[in-house]
Amino acid sequence: MIMTAAQLTSVLKTLADPTRRAMFERIARDGEVAATGLVRGTRVSQPAVSQHLRALREAGLVVERREGRHIRYRIAPEGLSPLIDWLGHYQAFWRERFDRLEAMLKESKE
Amino acid sequence: MSRTAIVVDKVLPFTAEKIWRALTNSDQIAKWLMPNDFVPQVGQRFNFRTRPMGDWDGVVHCEVLACEPPRLLRYSWKGGSDSGKASRLDTEVTWTLTPVEGGTHVRMVHDGFVLPENSIAYDAMSPGWGRVLDRIASVVAEAA
Repeated sequence: MIMTAAQLTSVLKTLADPTRRAMFERIARDGEVAATGLVRGTRVSQPAVSQHLRALREAGLVVERREGRHIRYRIAPEGLSPLIDWLGHYQAFWRERFDRLEAMLKESKE
Repeated sequence: MSRTAIVVDKVLPFTAEKIWRALTNSDQIAKWLMPNDFVPQVGQRFNFRTRPMGDWDGVVHCEVLACEPPRLLRYSWKGGSDSGKASRLDTEVTWTLTPVEGGTHVRMVHDGFVLPENSIAYDAMSPGWGRVLDRIASVVAEAA
């Protein structure tokens, strides 16, 4: 997926806030969480959590799903693609190719 | 704008000469990296070709910038689409081989990824950031 510089900036700005980034990482770790679950065990108030969730949603980083009275949040993998676009792609790429280089060297007798 | 690099670093139990051949012989490069028309001579232009991604045609445009067997190889690595600034690449790949006890220290630096100004925040992100990014990258790879 090809992203514009504006989209990349929006993602970086959204994640620049430490509280919001911590929430994002927690959602990534837990898979899918309700807003109430994000409030529990933190010092962040319910309205603040709602506000951060809205910012994450608007940046395309999380998606919500309504379940009865609760709204559950999970990360939107494609939301980070402005970041993983090249840097992430090449990190994985070079690690994998380096392993292949090593395997090839092991196989060749010369 | 700030620049950032990817570094892969490892001691391999082979001679520098043998690794050098793997890095500079077109057929050998194709086996572990990508199809290419590499020629080990400064000033030579060549391409790597891979699967197209998005509106990128999958061609990497390169030029040999340094070639000092068997210890230093550097080429430019350009490509990507012009439609989004974040997606265009103007980077360099440098291979350094240093003989050490038990083999050769191989260091690959892919340098020149440009991140916007506020990536200072990105740099300051906790180590957990890398894990999340890895996880997301694998999710994206599985979905593809």
